[in-house]
Amino acid sequence: MSVWGKTAVVGAWEHPTRFAPHMTPFQIHAESARGALADAGLTIHDVDGFFTSGVGPIGIMSLAQHLNLRPSYLDAQSIGGSSFVSHCLHAAAAIAAGLCSVALVTYGATAASERFAIGTGGAFASEPPDNFEAPFGPTIVGSYALVAQRHMHEYGTTSEQLAEIAVTIRRHAGLNPNAKYREPITVEDVLASRMISSPLHLLDCCMISDGGGALVLASLERARDSRNKAVVILGGAEAVRHLEAGERDLLDVAARQSGPLAFQRAGVRHADIDMCMVYDSYTITVLTTLEGLGFCKPGEGGAFCAGGRIGLGGALPINTDGGGLSSNHPGMRGIFLVIEATRQLRGEAGPAQVPDAKLACVHGTGGMLGQRHSGVTLILGRA
Amino acid sequence: MAEMRPYKKFVPRIDEESRGYWEALVRHELYFQRCRECGKKRFYPRAVCPNCLSSNTEWVRASGRGTVYSFTVTHQNQAPGFREELPYVLGIVELGEGVRIMTNIVGCAPEQVRIGMPVEVTFEDCTPEITLPKFRPA
Repeated sequence: MSVWGKTAVVGAWEHPTRFAPHMTPFQIHAESARGALADAGLTIHDVDGFFTSGVGPIGIMSLAQHLNLRPSYLDAQSIGGSSFVSHCLHAAAAIAAGLCSVALVTYGATAASERFAIGTGGAFASEPPDNFEAPFGPTIVGSYALVAQRHMHEYGTTSEQLAEIAVTIRRHAGLNPNAKYREPITVEDVLASRMISSPLHLLDCCMISDGGGALVLASLERARDSRNKAVVILGGAEAVRHLEAGERDLLDVAARQSGPLAFQRAGVRHADIDMCMVYDSYTITVLTTLEGLGFCKPGEGGAFCAGGRIGLGGALPINTDGGGLSSNHPGMRGIFLVIEATRQLRGEAGPAQVPDAKLACVHGTGGMLGQRHSGVTLILGRA
Repeated sequence: MAEMRPYKKFVPRIDEESRGYWEALVRHELYFQRCRECGKKRFYPRAVCPNCLSSNTEWVRASGRGTVYSFTVTHQNQAPGFREELPYVLGIVELGEGVRIMTNIVGCAPEQVRIGMPVEVTFEDCTPEITLPKFRPA
């Protein structure tokens, strides 16, 4: 049984808030569910598959109660910020297999109003590997910085090349009225921003915001009844990388496994992709992801991201919403990657629209790139 | 045993899979493991070989020499103990025996650290039970 081409994103909604001290995370989940179901032309009573993450080990049951859901399929995937991209992959499989018919994916978080210093607040230490890492003070930024430093060493990648990624994505944020940071920045601004964990400067790092969003997925047949243009899941794959038994190549990112598999499953070529949504927790995440997905060879990411190629008007526009670097990042950004790709494929991205976008590649990265991280790739297309 | 100041950083939890590793560090000896069945070396210590799932394990004493595989100079970390020591160098050292371990590079200015730099282990006594392997220029 093939999973691909049978499931569509039929509803997508991004919460406009970036700072919501007056709201709870569950409230953001609920408002996002309302937005995405209204977008799909469905009601909460149609939902029989429920997907969420970032709500605590068994928090999906609390959230199901908050929304008074009685789903027959539950998925509380917990692989960091890519979890919501993974939900879409799993929903495609579940819907194709007949395990559920309408899947609701929700996200909500108030990291900014809780003043949660995600990247530099110290390690999350609770499992065996942490005992051999946390004593030395790895921050999340530091974990990604280890990869950046190694990439520079092996390939001569420069801070200017990384900075150009942040500059491009900020330019896209200028087109998004909801983006948190919209003022243009220059490469010099990035290099002059304070060093957080070398070689990553403040402006190489995503922000901390509040926010949330939701997606509704259903079978392609059901999607054809929807008022929206259906956005179909054509292929996808996920992977994990870790420190192995102590021999990890830091530049071997999860996208190297999930990317080629997703392209193969979708039966599309890189040259066919009109736009890409990649998790931009840090500039180095974008660079290693584009290499891993196969848009360029390992080591070529710095040159690939230069010269406007990844900007609107370039050959492969990425993160047209302004990304986590400039639009929003409440801690787990994966859902926004799928929401923006859906807008693009529907032709609803406004001034950030990629002309006639037919095929999008989405890649979520979760966790700590230099320790344990997940990668989930989706290929999405117009029906 | 060095004089112990109040130790504010994360203290590793000794468990049955890693006890031998931590006890050796208190003696200022650094060990990794090798599978007696398939020969695969491993770090960090664990009871079952992730290559062949054998429990037949031997401890191998490391020379303590290696090179810097990657590093980052940390300028911001709110965690207790670390925020008082900024900037500090988080690194991954590849031991001469081939296994890579996360550590701190100490004994030199942070701006002097380079990938490929030869380093040697130095032991930091943190609590009566916990000594950490750190590395300094060799």
